[in-house]
This record gives sequence, structure tokens and C-alpha cells, in this order.
Amino acid sequence: MSTTSRRAPDAWRLRRRRIASLVASGLAAACAIATAIPLIWILAYVFQAGAPALSLGFLTSLPTPVGVPGGGIANAIVGSAITVGVGLLVAAPIGIAVAIYVAANPHRPLGIAVRFSTDTLAGVPSIVMGIFVYTIVVRPAGHFSALAGAVVLGIIMLPIVIRTTEEMIKLVPTSLREGSLALGAPEWRTSIRVILPAAASGILTGLMLAVARAAGEAAPMLFTAFGNPFFSTDLNEPIATLPHTIFVYAISPYPDWQSKAWATAFILISLVLILNIVARVLVSWRTRRLGTMAR
Amino acid sequence: MNAGARAAGPPRRASLSARAGVRLRHGDRLYAVALALASLLVVAIVVAIGWDLWAGSRLSRDAFGLEFLVSSRWDPAIDRVFGALPFIQGTLVTSFVALLMAVPLSLGAAVFLAELAPGWLRQPLSLLIELLAAVPSVVYGLWGLFVLIPTLVKPLAQGLNGSLGFLPIFAGPVFGPSRLAASVVLATMLLPTITAISRDVLLAIPAAQREGALALGATRWEVVRQVLIPFGASGFLGAIILALGRALGETIAVTMVIGNNLDLTPSLLHPGYTMASIVANEFTEATFDLYLNALIEIGLALFVITLLINAFARLLIFRVAGGSARVVQA
Repeated sequence: MSTTSRRAPDAWRLRRRRIASLVASGLAAACAIATAIPLIWILAYVFQAGAPALSLGFLTSLPTPVGVPGGGIANAIVGSAITVGVGLLVAAPIGIAVAIYVAANPHRPLGIAVRFSTDTLAGVPSIVMGIFVYTIVVRPAGHFSALAGAVVLGIIMLPIVIRTTEEMIKLVPTSLREGSLALGAPEWRTSIRVILPAAASGILTGLMLAVARAAGEAAPMLFTAFGNPFFSTDLNEPIATLPHTIFVYAISPYPDWQSKAWATAFILISLVLILNIVARVLVSWRTRRLGTMAR
Repeated sequence: MNAGARAAGPPRRASLSARAGVRLRHGDRLYAVALALASLLVVAIVVAIGWDLWAGSRLSRDAFGLEFLVSSRWDPAIDRVFGALPFIQGTLVTSFVALLMAVPLSLGAAVFLAELAPGWLRQPLSLLIELLAAVPSVVYGLWGLFVLIPTLVKPLAQGLNGSLGFLPIFAGPVFGPSRLAASVVLATMLLPTITAISRDVLLAIPAAQREGALALGATRWEVVRQVLIPFGASGFLGAIILALGRALGETIAVTMVIGNNLDLTPSLLHPGYTMASIVANEFTEATFDLYLNALIEIGLALFVITLLINAFARLLIFRVAGGSARVVQA
């Protein structure tokens, strides 16, 4: 009697603790599902609302005025390619150079300052960068331009390129670097011929993530690239971009334009997600390979 | 030093290798200078942004001083008086409500991903949540405007107004685009950020901590609640603060769903403005210098806030996770 009365509450308590654990696990699982739902919801809706308006003509023709049938986003596709491309051309070499520096000198004053600046730059709202580029590029020139858009996107890409490249360089085994230096190769040759090739696919990953991020930036485009209903490849002229086109079409009162916003979102989101998925596959493959090399 | 050692060798070989050495050292010096210059450029950009915003807002700072931050009169048309209080209020309210919704959900999701999920589910679910972070904010805005507001936000707003309408924050009339709509969209955007960082914080906690508690007979939930959450607390706080930084600066999605209205009311169901969305909406319409300066001053305030927030958050996360790659990236 005495033993059972001592055991029973214990068993009961244990049972209660197990049930609490199960309930909490269930709640956590529900949270995870709730967190994943928006992506599925967004993707499903963009597909459903965007697909009907999609056609080859949509990709290859220029916007038409409201009410005129047809019309497409050829100018925005080219505009996004130009602004992101020019931005990347500037950001990639600078970012990689900075990453090499930071990876090699993490504790020097400049290395610490660069790391802090990179983190800060990654956190500055893109609209603030838009203001910055407006005052240094647009206002002196006196007009909006594709160049200004490219500069903003370059600044936005810079911290992403620096961080991913730095991480990838740190993964390259030091024995590779030491081997090259021991063979008499100077530091710069070691960097360019040994370390960068070893980290190449990782760096490529960083560039892809940077492009994916920059391609989706609408806010700073409002007062740099500005948008342009006509076809333009001129860096000195305003230019249309995909995210800015989505914004303009979405807030318009015309159902036709709104459905074009969905179709444009379909194109943009496909591009961004493909870049992200490929980048992630690349990085997991690369990390594994560098891991075996280190062994 | 190397050259000195070589010079001590036989003359002929010395001159050869000295020449090669000089050439190589030149290359290395040039290389080092180029790398340092690129690095300086990054520092210079940050300094230039700060300086540029400071100088560009001079007219507004001189004219209104600190009054700018507490005055609610934004009148570019007639009196040309500028006060940013409605935008500051809008930014603070939407960010706070968004965090209120996003934090419990994403901490739960992080616990599930790091501690409870079966192995086969972790990778796909993590990927899904990380991809959510990659969706451009203009697409969130589009989805918020045409899908979320009619299906979720408006019914929710009507329900809140109907049952709790006597509270000033739920006072009517009910609009679709509103501070509440902006908060919900922001919360969706913050979910992946907080989840990913918190999961990394959890994964960085040494296994011995878990094993010790399990060996003492703790259930899995007790391990989470009594060991992991206290251990990672400052890391989670860092994740939340980093998300706050993102929420404060988020522009285009908020601009699309908040309704863009200058009224300074406490109601969540009323359309409003945030600091970022007023800049997005009016920057190209600023027809005179003082107007433009006032908008740039709002940008300056955003810059200073995000600077402080990021520094603080990174300090916190760094202390827990030791700045592992994934954490720093997120």
C-alpha cells in the first residue's frame, strides 16, 4: 500500500511531463508548418494568377497604353539585365578583393573596420541607399539613369559578395596556400591561381545570391533607374526593371495591368528561386568537396 | 629580410634571385595595395552614406531641429512645415506588431527544425523557409495587396473592430490597406529571418548541454525549455533585433499595403505611413529643397537606427554562435 501510493504520483507526474512534451512538440511542428505556408501560398498564387497572362509575346513586346491589348515587359527584362549586370561587374571584383583581404587580415584595424562596414552595409535599408545614390549620381547628372540604378544594385550586392567569398576562402585548406608559397609563387599568384580556383564555385554561389537579391529590389529603383515605358539600353537614360514594373502595375487601378503585375512577378520569382536553389546545391556540393580535400 | 639573406650567398646567384625577388615583391606590394584600397572603399561607402545624409538634410535640420521628430504636421503644400511623427509612429507600430506575430511562430519553428523534426524533414523544411527569405519584397507587397488583405486582413480587422472596437487601437472605420495589413505582411517577411538565425543559434549549442539534461531524465520539451532556451537567449534576442532592423527599413511591400495616409491615429485598422514609405512615395515629388531635405532627414534617421540595431544584434548573436558562417549571412 505504502509503496503503491508512493509510486502512483511519480508515474502520474512522469506521464504528465511526457504529455506536456508531446503537446509542446506538436505546437512547435504547427509553428514550422505555419512558417512554411506563406511560401506555398505565394508560389501557388503567383503561378495561378501569373500563368494566364504569360506568353512569348509578353516577354518580347513593349508595354502598351491602358486598354490597348497585348503588350509585354521586354524593356523591363532588358533593363533588369543591364542594371544588375553592370552592378555586378563593379561589385564582383571589388567584393572578391575585399574578401581576400579580410580573410587574410581579420585582426588588422582595416580588417575589423571592413567587417563592421560590410555588416552595416548589409543592414542599411535599400531605400536609404537609393537616397544616397540619388544625391551622388542622379542630382549631379540632372536626370535619372540606368547607371544610377546599377550603382545602387552594386552597393546592395557588395556585402553579399564579400561575405560568401570570405567564407569560401576560409574553407580552402591552408596546406594548398602553403604548398603554393613553398614552391616560390608570390602571394598574388597564389591567390589568383590557387585559392580563387579552389573556392570558385563557392564564389559563384555568392554572386548568384547577390544577383537574386539585386534583381528583386524595387524601392531604390524609384528614384535612380526610375522606370521607362520605352525600350532603352542607354546607361544615361531612365530604364525599366522587373520589380519596379510589378510595383507600378500592382498599384494601378486597371485590372489588365494588375494581371500583368502577376505575370511579371511569375518571371521574377522564377528567376530568383532558381538562382537560390542552384546556389544552394552548388554550395553543399562544394563544401563537401573542400571537406574531403582538407582531409 | 629574405633579400638580405640571399645577398650573403655567392654573387652570381644572388643577383639573379634578387632580381626575381624584387619583381615578385613588387607584384605582391601592388597586390596588397589593391586589396587594401578595395577594402578602404567599402569603409568609405558607409562613411559617405552617413555624411551624405547628414549634409543633405541640413536645411531641414536647421529649420526644425528636434521638433522634426515630435511634430505631426507634414505640410509641403501650403505652410511648408515638416514633422515626421506620423511616420515614426507608423514605423514603430507596424514593426512592433509584426514582431509580436512573428516571434512566437518563428521561435517555435526554429525549435522544431533544430531539435524535434525527424531527420528526413529537416532539410526540405529548412530549404522552404530559406527560400521564403529570397522572395522579393515587391512580390510580398503584390500578394499582400491582392490576396492577404481580402482573404485574411480585412475579415480579421472587422472581427477585431466588432469585438474590441471600444479600444482605440481597434477603432473603426475598417479599411483594407492599413497598419494592420502592413504588420501582417511584415510578419510574414520576418518569419524566415528569425527562424533561420534562431535555428543556427540552437544548432550551435554544445551537445553536452542536451545530453546532461537528458541523462538527468528530462523530456525533450524540458531540455528545450530549461536548457536550450536560457542558453541561447541572447542569440534569440539578437535574431529578433536583426529582424526588427529589417522591419524598420522595409519599404516597397509596406508602401503597397499600408494605405499611405498622414493621419496620426492610434488605430491599427487605419491606413498610415512609415518612414520608408513616405520617402518612397514622395521623394520624386519633392519640388523644393526644404521638402527634399526633410525626406533625406527621415533617411538619416533610418540609417542611424539600423546602424545601432545591427551593431547590437550582431554583438548578441556573435556571443552565442561565435559568428559562424550561416549566422553572419542571415
